[in-house]
Parts: sequence; C-alpha cells; structure tokens
Amino acid sequence: MSKRKPYVRSMDGWWKKNPYFVEYMIHESTALFVAAYAFILLVGLVRLSQGEPAWNAWLEAMKSPLSVIVHLVLLAGALYHTYSWFKILPITMPPVIVGGKRMSPCALTGSALVVAAAAGLALLGLVWRIAL
Amino acid sequence: MTKIRKRSNAPIFWGLFGAGGMLSALFVPMMIFITGIAVPLGLLLPANTMSYTKMLAFAQNFIGKGFIFAIISLSLWFAVHRVYHSLHEFGIHAGMGAKLLCYGVAFVSTVISAYLLLGLGF
Repeated sequence: MSKRKPYVRSMDGWWKKNPYFVEYMIHESTALFVAAYAFILLVGLVRLSQGEPAWNAWLEAMKSPLSVIVHLVLLAGALYHTYSWFKILPITMPPVIVGGKRMSPCALTGSALVVAAAAGLALLGLVWRIAL
Repeated sequence: MTKIRKRSNAPIFWGLFGAGGMLSALFVPMMIFITGIAVPLGLLLPANTMSYTKMLAFAQNFIGKGFIFAIISLSLWFAVHRVYHSLHEFGIHAGMGAKLLCYGVAFVSTVISAYLLLGLGF
C-alpha cells in the first residue's frame, strides 16, 4: 500500500450550488416515488391473490389517513415525473419535422403533456365505465 | 485482425427504462389518484370500484392482467435504472454489487408479479 494520501475533492452537495442541478436531482428522485407506488401495487397484487379477506384488509389499509397522505405525496412526485419526463423529451427523441420545420421543444413538450393528460383521463373514464 | 466484440447489454436496460418512464409518465399519476385517493376516500368513483369481484375479474382479463404487469414491472425497471445511474452523482462508484441489487429488485418483482398474475387464472 502506498502511503500517499492524495487530496480528493469532496462531492458533498455539489449539486446544491446550481439551480439546474438541483432540478436535475429532484427530477431524478421522482423515480423513488414511482418505485414506492409500484411496490404498493405489488403488495396489492399479493393480497388479491390471497383471497377476499386479504384483499379487503388491503383496501381497508389504503383508507387509513397515513396511506392517503402518502399517496398525496406520491401523486405530487409522479406528476413531477410526468412533467420532467416530457420536458426532457425534446432532447431524448429524434427531431420531429412538421410541415418541413423542426417542431420547437416547447411545442413538443406541450403536446406530450396534452397526450399525458388525455391518457390519464381516458384511464379514469375506463375505470369509471368498468365500475358502473 | 478483427476482434470479436462482446455485445453490450446496455440497450436492454435503456429500453426498459424508456418504456417504464413513458408508461409511468402517462398513467401512474392517475393510478395513484384512483387507487390511493379517490377509491379510499369514496370520491368521484362508485364505492365498489375496487371490490374483490371487480378486481379479480380485472386481473383475470387478458388486458387487465397485461396492464397490471406492465405498470408494476416497467415502473420498477425504470426506477432502478435511474437510481443505479444516480449513484455516481453521490460519489458512489457503482460496481457489480450495486448493479445486481438495483436490477435484481426489478427482476424479482417482475417474476413475482408474473407468477401471481398467471396464478390468478384467465
């Protein structure tokens, strides 16, 4: 082992110095909100496969105030994921040419957000129809 | 002399990340609203929206099954990929262990949900 102790600059909080990176860290962290919800759904699926009493217990647990608060937080995280995912879309997908002109990043993000809103509402409508 | 290069497996994980990110961006906010807020609080949707009979029928339907499977598994493939690549931002040099842990979580969850959904029958 070498006895040299080279100076290594600390990385602590490097991203806090620049608003761009703060936003980057926030949008990256939305993955944790999405993952948390996927785990909640997975638990629900486990309970569903265990039969009616287990499923009803899960439904009851979802009614607890803590659960509702957690879901409100998760909803905020997931909405930010949707927003940031489509905000980056202009850089992550090939240029879209409309009428011989490249679609502006703003228009692309805007139309993707409209599509996302429509997809969400369609899902709500579908669930509503199945439930009736 | 031509070297035979080993094919990278990165596109598979990128593909799952992209698919999961897109699917969750489109549907997860409304899913959270429906299952976590509207149904528990009895808002907007009928009271028996997520009753056992209805949910079982949904999970036994081919499309319903596919939807549940896609939401759970792809959301997790998306999330673990992002977490794995963010480790670098915190000064963690992610090695094989971190990779196995991250993608392992998604893989195991995918297998469990596939097993349970198939077990519920058609």
